Amino acid sequence: MLPVREGFVLAGVLFTLGLIGVLVRRNVLFVLMSIEVMLNAAGLAFVVAGMRWRQPDGQIVFLFILAMAAAEVSVGLALVLELYHQYKSLDTDAISRMRG
Amino acid sequence: MTIVFYTASAVAIAATILMLTRLHAVHALLYLIVSLLAVAVVFYDLGAPFVAALEVIIYAGAIMVLFVFVVMLLNLGEEAARAERALLKPSMWIGPTVLAVILLAEFVWLLVCSGMPPAAQAGIGPVEVGMALFGRYLIGVELASMLLMGGLVGAYHLGWRKSPITEVTNAARP
Repeated sequence: MLPVREGFVLAGVLFTLGLIGVLVRRNVLFVLMSIEVMLNAAGLAFVVAGMRWRQPDGQIVFLFILAMAAAEVSVGLALVLELYHQYKSLDTDAISRMRG
Repeated sequence: MTIVFYTASAVAIAATILMLTRLHAVHALLYLIVSLLAVAVVFYDLGAPFVAALEVIIYAGAIMVLFVFVVMLLNLGEEAARAERALLKPSMWIGPTVLAVILLAEFVWLLVCSGMPPAAQAGIGPVEVGMALFGRYLIGVELASMLLMGGLVGAYHLGWRKSPITEVTNAARP
């Protein structure tokens, strides 16, 4: 018996935790980690749904999410390094002002 | 099977909550890695062994190594030494260790007690995933490769900084 409903509940809880992390934390590294948690939860939901209908499509979408997460993290961490280089801080409030 | 699923889910949620409440990035990273490993156990229990392996190798391996490298790059000097000393205290690594040991016990239990892994009985293995991935979803694979290329070029461009040596050589060039 496949725990489909429980899997979706787990995905929802993890996604909500990631969303809370994005909204609450001010350190940009924690924001990136929370985004990772949210992406992972979305992938979990896809895999659970794929297993529910016994199709490999859910796992394939998870692979695409994985590739997207890898690209996002590489660009995001490069931005974090640039932010630290310019502002000597990882606080997202430091970059909330525009220069205009 | 059900007990494994529920235990891994509880570990994943607990590790994620602990990750969100840490103050040091390294401690949060430890909990995040445990959370990803727990989700990998959930995948394995659901009957998706290929995705479970990729979760461990790429998410908990490659992507988290990127995070660790950046944290190491950011904390240089005396503060890093103090953080290292604090990291070696048992109170810092006992939490992730306990959660990881729970996952390891589940893994051993799955291998020893249930005989065949659940994936071999009823799951969708790497063969079906690979056939569909390079059949119907071939255009998606191409698009993902272009996305990764874009990520590579973007990260290189953002990380590129004019060093004095290259400026001198560029200036010397006519």
